[in-house]
Parts: sequence; structure tokens; C-alpha cells
Amino acid sequence: MFNTISSKLILIVGFTALIIIAIYSYLNIKNQTDVLLSEVERHGNQLSDMLKNATDNLMMRNDRVRLQEIVERVGNDPLIHNIRILNKEGEIIYSSTHKDIGMMLDKKAESCFACHAENKPLEKLPIKNRTRIFSTKEHSSRILGIINPIDNKPKCYQADCHAHSENSTVLGVLDITLSLQEVDKQILHNEIQGLIFSLIAIISIGLIIIFTIKIYVDKPVKELVKATEQIASGNLSYKVKDLGNDELGKLAKAFNEMSQKLDETNKQLYQSSKLASLGQLAAGVAHEINNPLTGVLTYSSYLLKRTKDNPQLQEDLNVIVRETLRSREIVKGLLDFARQSTPKKIQTDINEIIERAISVVSNQLKINHITLEKNLFKNLPLIIADANQLQQVIINLIVNAIDAIEKGGKIKISTSVLSLPPKGIIQIKKAVCNKNHNLIDYQHKIAGLNSIKLKIKTATSEGFVFLDPIYGKDRHNFGINLKQGEILNISCPTCDNSLIIKNEKCPKCGGPIYKLNIPNQGFIEGCATFKSDWQKWNYIDQFGEIKFVEITVEDNGCGIPPENLDKIFEPFFTTKGQKGTGLGLSVIWGIIDNHNGTINVQSEIGKGTIFTIRLPEKGEVI
Amino acid sequence: MKGNYDILVIDDEKVVIDSVIKIAQLENYTIDFSFEVNEALEKLKQNEYQLIICDIMLPEIDGFQFINLLQKINEDTPIVMTTGYTTIENAVKSLYLGAIDFIPKPFLLDEMLSLLKRGLKYKSLLNQKRNNSTNNIIVSCPSKYFRLGISCWANIDNDGSVLIGATNFFIKSVEPINKIELLENGEILTQALTCAKIISGEYVHNLYSSLSGRIIDVNKLLIQKPEIIEKDPYFEGWLYRIIPHELDYERQKLIPCGSDR
Repeated sequence: MFNTISSKLILIVGFTALIIIAIYSYLNIKNQTDVLLSEVERHGNQLSDMLKNATDNLMMRNDRVRLQEIVERVGNDPLIHNIRILNKEGEIIYSSTHKDIGMMLDKKAESCFACHAENKPLEKLPIKNRTRIFSTKEHSSRILGIINPIDNKPKCYQADCHAHSENSTVLGVLDITLSLQEVDKQILHNEIQGLIFSLIAIISIGLIIIFTIKIYVDKPVKELVKATEQIASGNLSYKVKDLGNDELGKLAKAFNEMSQKLDETNKQLYQSSKLASLGQLAAGVAHEINNPLTGVLTYSSYLLKRTKDNPQLQEDLNVIVRETLRSREIVKGLLDFARQSTPKKIQTDINEIIERAISVVSNQLKINHITLEKNLFKNLPLIIADANQLQQVIINLIVNAIDAIEKGGKIKISTSVLSLPPKGIIQIKKAVCNKNHNLIDYQHKIAGLNSIKLKIKTATSEGFVFLDPIYGKDRHNFGINLKQGEILNISCPTCDNSLIIKNEKCPKCGGPIYKLNIPNQGFIEGCATFKSDWQKWNYIDQFGEIKFVEITVEDNGCGIPPENLDKIFEPFFTTKGQKGTGLGLSVIWGIIDNHNGTINVQSEIGKGTIFTIRLPEKGEVI
Repeated sequence: MKGNYDILVIDDEKVVIDSVIKIAQLENYTIDFSFEVNEALEKLKQNEYQLIICDIMLPEIDGFQFINLLQKINEDTPIVMTTGYTTIENAVKSLYLGAIDFIPKPFLLDEMLSLLKRGLKYKSLLNQKRNNSTNNIIVSCPSKYFRLGISCWANIDNDGSVLIGATNFFIKSVEPINKIELLENGEILTQALTCAKIISGEYVHNLYSSLSGRIIDVNKLLIQKPEIIEKDPYFEGWLYRIIPHELDYERQKLIPCGSDR
């Protein structure tokens, strides 16, 4: 029960409030009681002095009957318990209680005690000592007694009666006792009121504490505990609710960021383990397929040797041998893909590869009544490439197109040569700062390519920018909000060294420029002003335009939905269900990338799809 | 009774064994086979073979362990490794462990025929060497050279470039040589992949490169006068000069010729 933070907090705060309220109430009641009593005392003293002055004249005249009458009348007041006047010897001379007259009081009697306690009578009694509070057996409530000594004055001993001598200082004592019944009632009332107030205060403070702690501590903590348990059980996409802006709210936000990072990393791990299992799959497939291929290859080439006199059969057998050899290369390619090795590149005629690819799928085209239109550029330059891998690419693209179109559709394959300026074509694959820190970010991709991560600072904020890795293109992703024309201070995300170069200005806008080191390929410079797209790479520019062979495979099939366009080159992505492995286009992407080429797709639902492959003539872009 | 066969094939796939038999029949080679290593060891005790062709991935004892077992019992029948898991690593490892050759599956009929041809020649060369120790027909490669298996040598020069060539043993096993087909300047060699085709009659013999690298010089003389390689395979009969790509890594799997003496 006391294991939760909230119950501990409630206990501690509640206990503290209890003590504070108790002490406060106690002091408050005590204070009120004291005030009340001193008020009664003052009142008693006033009454006593008043009575003494009022009777002064009667005493002078020794009018005992009138005196007794006044004492009795005043003594009738219900609040006054008793009024007595004693002489020096302790004899009660006047009293509001008639029967007491003539009684002698002992020195030890409570009304004498204040003066006679120390055996020697005091001659002057200070006001605060004149009062006393006591209880008697016959009286239920407490009683306040006030002693007022009647001092000897010249007019007393010079009076005609000569009742007093000049030697005595005190002639007698006026003793008034007041009943404290009303006061005690008031005190009790105050005490009860104080107690009730304390109880209400303690209960309401307790309730408020419980309520607020439940809302501001207990609920968020429970929510965080729940989230932690969800994460621990593997639900990485669980998000903590918005918990406001206090520390727990901030913790919740940090927690969400953490779990999101965890989720992303996990997904990447999943992706790479998918690729790793692709490698294992390739190894298994290679071993399993190569054995039966051995039989096919041996028996077909055996037959080829034995049937030299039958040219028709020879032609057919040659197709078997050639395609088995291609299968061998495909399996090898699968192993190579898993091991990321380099393709076997030789001078290759792309048109010839396309013709060979078409001959392999011609039967499938016939069955599906698909017309294939070729538009091959006649004087296509030879390019450095792996013929088998490229044939595989073309076959895969044609087969994909066949799958996408209904019977009677149309596929168009074209080749052309184009010279393009390096801007907008060349991918920046490496970049470092002047301290040789790698600037390439392998997680944040722009159009499927690794981006360049830089730190940016403006006057008001700082963050990161992911630069488009294609030279001259400006599909940059900014991590912070910026205004058009805002000047950025650019630095390395690892060492924070500035990448801005002094003394040089952007030729377009005159702003500062940044400079990145491209290992072995000079430097790339760019404008550090937001939304300014100026970039310069002298090393690349010096080569002038680059010759590419462009292959397009176009169909009038069902098209690819826009939300799938980004994913089609990912391994294991498939829309063919059980029929597809989801590897075809990712293998194609790998092959084209290995040839330093690019593959792009444009598609419109219901109208068709165009795949465009560009391969550099020299096998490399530079 | 002791049987006498040309070839022992060890493979767990019947279709592969049948394929080898089919090819061997073209040349009338006698052939025996086994599906696993223990049976093969029994057969080796009973019979005489000129050449063993062994798969790498076998149940229980694999091909690599088989090579080690043969060396332990001093069995000197030459062995050729084959596998459907055709990686460079497997080829290099086979040759490093002592296989005389490596043939990836699936193989072409002609590839297998030329392999059988040189493999069978190898044992007779070994016997010749043993009998004529005074008249040294097979000149071992110079001691500062390295070799991949027994076929291809590499000589690391002081300037960092490497000379590549075929060993005397390989040349003797493929003689007579009619023609040598070489790669061009600037092309890339990969360790344990074919770097030259040596044509002898109707046979085409593939020579596997000892190292990976870019060719910077080709011995053009060999194309006009292929007989030079027969006379002087280690000096005048060199094939390529290359800039090695991963010399330090790949050298680990080469055998120093100095260890042959």
C-alpha cells in the first residue's frame, strides 16, 4: 500500500499538515482562553475598586446597615458569587451571604493565602497577584477570587468613630469572588470550534493533496510505467499521452523520442537482418540449384556433342546450354549480391543484350498477346558492363511489365544516347570535413540515396540539414524552420568545425559559401543561404558532359500506386502475393548501382509505367 | 582383388555423379563413385585411383575434412574439389588445403573434360618425378615466389607490382600448348577466377589467378610464341604484371614456394 510514490507523498504531506494544524489550534485556543480570563480579571478588579470607592463614604460615616445593604444588593448579580469584607483579624464583617457575617477566617483560607502565605502579611499586593482561580466542593464551576486590601488612610484614623488606630497599614480586605461559569462555557465553545476547524482543515487538505497527487503525479507515473512495460514487451510503437509541460511531461516527451529512435533502429536492424537472411537464402539456393543445373548442362552439352549432324536439334540444344549458363551466372550473381562483389564488366552492346533478353521472353509475350515495340538506337556506343547482369535486368523489367498488363497490351523498349552535364546526375558518395570526419548519413535518405549531414546555426536556432547527394540538386531536408534568404552557419556535426570559407562569396547572391572535401575528387562548394541552390564542383565540371546510354522500358499496364513508388526497390517488397519474392527490383537496383548507373520509375495508375535506366558509357561517371 | 580406376567421384547428388560418368565415358575413363567420405576411404584402401573429384558440402564429413584425412593417411592421389556453393573463398580454401584444382558446379562438358585430362596427367607426372629424381623434369618455382594451389604463381616485386604466371607443373600437365588467350591491359584479375585460357588441341584449360589486381602489362610475346611458357615458365614465360588490390589479405592463402624444398 505504501509502495507507491503517491501514497508516500500523501502520508508525508498529510502528517506534516496534521502537526502544523494541531500546534496552531492549540496555541490559538490557549491564546483566546488567556484573553478571556484576563478580561474577566480586569472586570473583577474594576468592580472591586468601584465597590471600594462607592462604600468609602459609608465607612467614614460608619453606616454599617447601609454598607451591608449595598454589599447584598451588588452581590445579587448572578455572575457574582460572593462579596465579603474582612477586618484585620479575619472576621467577616459584611457579606452578600448573610450567614457568613461574624465568621472568622483562618490565615490559611484560600482568600488569605496570597498575602499570608509566607507568614508575614504583605502590606502591598500587586494587582496581578490579587486574583486567584479555584473550585469549591459546593460550587460546580470555577471561581475567580479578587482580593482588594483596604488601606489605612488619614481620614480613617481621624474619623469621629476612632475605630482605627494610626499604626495599622491595612484595615481590612474586600474579597469578591466571581463565578467563571459563563467564561468556562465560552472557553469550551472555543475549544470545540478549534477542534472542528482543525478536523475540517486536516480532512480538506488531505483530500486536496490526494486529489492533486493523483492527477499530477500518480496518473502520469502510472502512464509512464505502462509505457515502459509496453516497450519492454516489444511494442516499440507505443506512445505516451501528452502529459503537459512539467518535468513528467518533459520526461514523457523524451521517452517518446527515445522509443521512436528505438523503433527506427529496430526497423533498420530488421531490414539489415532481412538482407543478411537474403545472403543465407542465396547460399542455400546456390547449392540446391547448382546440382540440378549440373545435370541439365552436362546432358545438354553431351547431346550437343553427339548430334552434330542434326542442325535443327543443335539450335534447340544451344538455347538450353546458353540459358543454363545464364542461370549459372544468375545464381552466381545472387551470391555476389549477397556478398556485394563487383560485376564482371566488359565492353558490351546494350542493343544485343536487349535482343537476347527479348528472345528469352518471346514465348511469354506471344502467350499473353502482347506486342513488343523496339526503338533501338543504331549506333549505340559499347559500354563497360556485365552483360549477364544487364540481361537479367531487362528480362525482369519485361516480365514485370507482362504481369502488369492485360492481354493485348503493349511494351516499348527504347535505347538512346545522351550527353548530360554532370549537375543533377552525379552522386556525391563521399564527403568529409577538414578534420576528415565522414559527413555521409546512411540513415537519412533522399530519393533512396545516402544524404550529407551538416550542422546549421542561425541567429535564433540550430539543427541539422540533410543535403541532396546529387550534385546541383536541392532537395535538401532542413531539420529546423528557416526563412527565405536566411544565412546559415554550417559546420561538421562531429567536431563542429565551421565549413564556411572566408574571403569567397556566392557568385549568385553574394552570401557566404561552404566547402566540403570530396576525397580524391577535389572540393564541392555551395551557397550557405537558405533556398539558394548554387553549387560548384570543379573536379567534376572539368570533364564536361558525360555520355550515357539510356534504356527505357514502357508499358501500358495498370501502373504503380504513388504510395508504393518509393518502396518498389526495397528487398522483399511485393504486390504479387505468394507469386513474387519481392527481390526482383531490389536486385535490379543493386546491379544498376554497381554499374554506377541510375534507375528511375514514372507511373500513372491505369496508364502505365516507364522505367528509365541510365548507364555511363565508361562504366564510371568520371 | 584390387580394382584399378581412373577416377573416384564423391558427391551426395546422384545427378552430379551421373554427369561426371557421362563425360568420362567420352574419353573412356574408368570411374568409381561414392556418396559419402567413409565409403570413399574404404574404396581408397581397396582400389587404386588416378584422380579424386570431391564435393565440398557432404553429409557428416565435408570435403575439406576429407583432404585433411587423406594427408593423415599419406594418400597422394590428387584431389579436385567441386561445389554448388561457388564462392571465391571456397575455391581459395580448397587450393590452399592441397586440392590440385577446383571446378564450380554447374560445369560445362568441355570444362570437365579438360580438368580430367590435366588431373589424370598429374599423377603420372608425380610418378615420373619420383622415379627420375636425378633428371628433374618438373622445375619447382623459385623460392621467393608464392603459388595458389599448384597452378599459378605470383612474384611480388620491390615496386609493389606483382608478376603472375603459370607453374611448370600446370604447363606440363596441359602440354602441348597451341595457343594462349590472355586478358587485356587494364582489365581486372580476381583471385581464383580464370585469368588465362591455355589451349591444347581441343582442350581449353582455365588458369586461376593467384591474386586480384589490375593488369598493367601483358606478356604479348606469349600470344605469338606460346612455346616460351613451356621452356621458361618462371621468367620469360610470365603472363601479367598487376597492381594487386588486396595483397596482404590474399597472400595469406598463397603457399610460399620456398616451403617446397
